[in-house]
Amino acid sequence: MIRLENITKSFAGKEGAVAALDGIDLTIAKGEIFGIIGSSGAGKSTLVRLINLLERPTGGEVFVAGERVTDAKGQRLRDLRRTIGMVFQHFNLLSARTVAGNVAYPLELTGQYGKAEIAERVAALLDRVGLSEHAQKYPRQLSGGQKQRVGIARALACEPQVLLCDEATSALDPQTTGAVLDLLRQINRDLGVTIVLITHEMDVIRRACDRVAVLDRGRVVETGVVTDVFLHPRHAATLRLVREAEPDGGSLDAVAASDLAGRAVRLTFTGPSAHKPILGRIARENLIDYAILAGRVGHIRETPYAQFIVSLSGRDVAGAIAGLRASGVDVELQGGAPVPEIEERARHVV
Amino acid sequence: MSFDNLYWGDIGAAFAQTLAMVGGALLLTVLLGLPLGILLFLTGRQQLFQAPVAYGSLSFVLSIIRSVPFIILLIVLMPVTVIVTGTSLGIRGVIFPLVVGTAPFFARLVETALREVDRGIIEASLAMGASTTQTIFRAVLPEALPSLLAAITVTAIVLVDYTAMSGAIGGGGLGDLAIRYGYHRFQTEIMLVCVAILIVFVQLIQASGNRLVTHFSRK
Repeated sequence: MIRLENITKSFAGKEGAVAALDGIDLTIAKGEIFGIIGSSGAGKSTLVRLINLLERPTGGEVFVAGERVTDAKGQRLRDLRRTIGMVFQHFNLLSARTVAGNVAYPLELTGQYGKAEIAERVAALLDRVGLSEHAQKYPRQLSGGQKQRVGIARALACEPQVLLCDEATSALDPQTTGAVLDLLRQINRDLGVTIVLITHEMDVIRRACDRVAVLDRGRVVETGVVTDVFLHPRHAATLRLVREAEPDGGSLDAVAASDLAGRAVRLTFTGPSAHKPILGRIARENLIDYAILAGRVGHIRETPYAQFIVSLSGRDVAGAIAGLRASGVDVELQGGAPVPEIEERARHVV
Repeated sequence: MSFDNLYWGDIGAAFAQTLAMVGGALLLTVLLGLPLGILLFLTGRQQLFQAPVAYGSLSFVLSIIRSVPFIILLIVLMPVTVIVTGTSLGIRGVIFPLVVGTAPFFARLVETALREVDRGIIEASLAMGASTTQTIFRAVLPEALPSLLAAITVTAIVLVDYTAMSGAIGGGGLGDLAIRYGYHRFQTEIMLVCVAILIVFVQLIQASGNRLVTHFSRK
């Protein structure tokens, strides 16, 4: 649906050009919710603005729906923008217009619809976002969550194929954030709109996205399915973002080897295995003990997950590891003294 | 000092002239100053049509006009006024210099008002596929309406002040009356009455301006 090829973007700074984006390659599939996460200054907002060409790339190409749009201008650019809705962090509603007037605005711009048709479509859009009874209010009379719903209805007015959300939930409290994310997912399901979601919060990615790209200092450092990236972060920037979302920051750091009575492993249960009593059974069967050193349990969208760092000790640690793997648990050996025999046996079993 | 033999007829006629001058000049000032203000806004730094040279030149010319004291501008413009309107006297002769004097001031106020519109709104409008013209007329100007109304109010009051001054060179109106009778003929009571009327007039303009601003404020 969207393809960015070798995108660079630099801005003129006081001391020459400053590179905001540096060689970005991204492909976003039709109908998915794609997250782009990064800390502030990573270039997320610039990146998302390249898709509807609010920013022009310094180098590289932008494709939307298979069409090269990098240098679209005039009417072609305006037509392209109508197929790409955008939702903003600070809503950017027209304060002089009512809720209905705001949603009508993009329809009026096209000059293609009569008054009656606009009224009809606005009513349907407000119904979709649950704001029908607020149609005649002005934005200042609404709460943050309601304002963002107006923003979403407005972005959907021209029946776009893509919805860009630039920190759409960052100005909202946690509860409202959840409701807005649910609405976005529902829209994605009902209308098949491809959603690109920019955020600095891993929690938003975890709750809403199918795939994610991690942006760090203008580069994509990691990209993949959310479960993989969230549970097995590889790059330091991803690890940092994942930790920020943990109540006890740093809980999944490798535990110092000297503190261990046994072998430290990181166990990841996803999907149905997260609800099964696997660990206890394996411990009994192999006559081992385990100490839970760190852990997190939750959901990635609807998928339950549990991830622990445990230290295993006792008779058959290698057998236990093999048994865990056979039960569909992802086992990663953590630091500490290498035990070649364990690694060897475990590898054979898998 | 006696208020018995006031020329009420003259005062009424003078007030009507003041009204005509302020009204006419205000209309033309808005018609001229609004596009100038929009142009200043658009060509300004980091705006839609950023153009430093155009902005700099326009800004320079407007500032020069604004630096000239209005009473001097009136005199300097006389030959031009005669060419444009056929006379430098009366209402017709004074509206031209009034517009030249206030349009640059109003244009600046328009520029400031438009700059205060949240940039996010402009961005959102463009992202929805609006052209620049649509963005200006359907988003920026309506958003800035309360500030623009406040700017028109301030400009109207400046015009009341300037019309009084233009009386000195034969423009007519209350200012003219006050100077001719109150100053040249030592009939202080006429001057006092004229000033009193002007005070009430200015208060009325300000109050109605404020009401309009409040009525259109949605923030």
